[in-house]
Amino acid sequence: MTEAPRRTPLDALHRSLGATMTDFAGWDMPLRYGSEREEHQAVRTRAGLFDLSHMGEISLTGPQAAELLDFALVGNLSAVKPGRARYTMICDERGGILDDLIVYRLAEESFLVVANASNAQVVLDALTERAKGFDAAVADDRENYALIAVQGPEAAGILGGLTDAGLDELKYYAGLPGTVAGVSALIARTGYTGEDGFELFTAPGDAETVWTALTEAGRDSGLVPCGLSCRDTLRLEAGMPLYGHELTTGTTPFDAGLGRVVKFEKTTNGGRFVGREALLAAAERAGAAPPRRLVGLVAEGRRVPRAGYPVVAAGDGTLIGEVTSGAPSPTLGKPVAMAYVDPGYAEPGTPGVAVDIRGSREPYEVVALPFYKRQR
Amino acid sequence: MSNPQQLRYSKEHEWLTAAESGVSTVGITRHAADALGDVVFVQLPEVGDTVTAGEPCGELESTKSVSDLYAPVSGEITEVNQDVVDDPALVNSAPYEGGWLFKVKVDEGSPEPELLTADEYTAFTGN
Repeated sequence: MTEAPRRTPLDALHRSLGATMTDFAGWDMPLRYGSEREEHQAVRTRAGLFDLSHMGEISLTGPQAAELLDFALVGNLSAVKPGRARYTMICDERGGILDDLIVYRLAEESFLVVANASNAQVVLDALTERAKGFDAAVADDRENYALIAVQGPEAAGILGGLTDAGLDELKYYAGLPGTVAGVSALIARTGYTGEDGFELFTAPGDAETVWTALTEAGRDSGLVPCGLSCRDTLRLEAGMPLYGHELTTGTTPFDAGLGRVVKFEKTTNGGRFVGREALLAAAERAGAAPPRRLVGLVAEGRRVPRAGYPVVAAGDGTLIGEVTSGAPSPTLGKPVAMAYVDPGYAEPGTPGVAVDIRGSREPYEVVALPFYKRQR
Repeated sequence: MSNPQQLRYSKEHEWLTAAESGVSTVGITRHAADALGDVVFVQLPEVGDTVTAGEPCGELESTKSVSDLYAPVSGEITEVNQDVVDDPALVNSAPYEGGWLFKVKVDEGSPEPELLTADEYTAFTGN
């Protein structure tokens, strides 16, 4: 039996805006409001407003909350200062990625872990299990937060007039409690678009107030509501991995080219953490005999590579990799993809690389990620 | 969002005009265009190609997916819309006008394909 999809606190608002809704990880979410390419360009050039209330919030509090996170995650969370955030991962004993996370240190003994909607239960269960023996409490806070993101070059200007927080002092990957449009919010300078922007965690009952205030404050700057479709093309252009595509339980952070998130030199728990031995081996393997590497592919033609399509040698069709994400890039005006390819084909400019698009070999150029980097 | 009364519709979401001098114009419906999202690439049959009712004869790439384009009738392609090849967004902005895809000289000898009226198609898609 399938359960009815869950609806965010902004559901009625999305419908009144004429959104095309889609089922995403058990949630009924806006896919797009009008043209997804126009939404994408709005975020690149002006600002976009996203409902991300499907994301999974988990709170960790207590004297050993930092030690618990050092043990449970691959990162060195005890080194994060209150008010700052980290991109990190949670792995299983074999080093496989269970999820990628953003962890906010709200106070010395208080952290907010934000998991992908599809993995939130897995992460909650793993953290609860790994918390045994630590003086720290793990709480499921999914029902206690809505999450609204405002992203794009105009985001700071739009939010600035609605908040008491000093946005100039709020650095990238920092988060502070404050008010937005008169209601309490955790204001974080994070995002998944490759642009400057903010993510605002509010009480579900305050979400509409915040959404409406941002909509009105952004009207003159060209802010538009944005769905998950453009969120995906924005993150793809920015070279950001998506769980279930670039990251899976069958992949270690080293396989994904993200070994830098694994911190072996931890000062807590005698350096022990879940997955440590397997990850040490994965790091060594990656050094000695590099696994397939995550690269960017840019089309020479116009047919679009999709997740799961084979990457092949243009000459004889030998399988050399697999596409993990692909889409027509609005910024480049061409189809692009992220793909894992054999190391011999991973250098930018490697000739003779093609994607098998439904039976025909289409030539592709290997490039370094990201496809798009904003000018600061 | 009304489907023009004078057109006939296939269950694969193509529309076609009544034949004029034996030639019908074909496109995809607004329902299909909305479901695809922004169309970024159309691959059409070539002039002179023979297409068969109900069989794929091209494809439409959008941000999220690729879809086959089906021929709603059998016949020979007499013209393709170069404007829509150059600017696929016409499929979204004007699916029944500037976003038409190709013209086909209907093969009178082939079996009559199952096509819907505008009202039947509207009921079929639920909007």
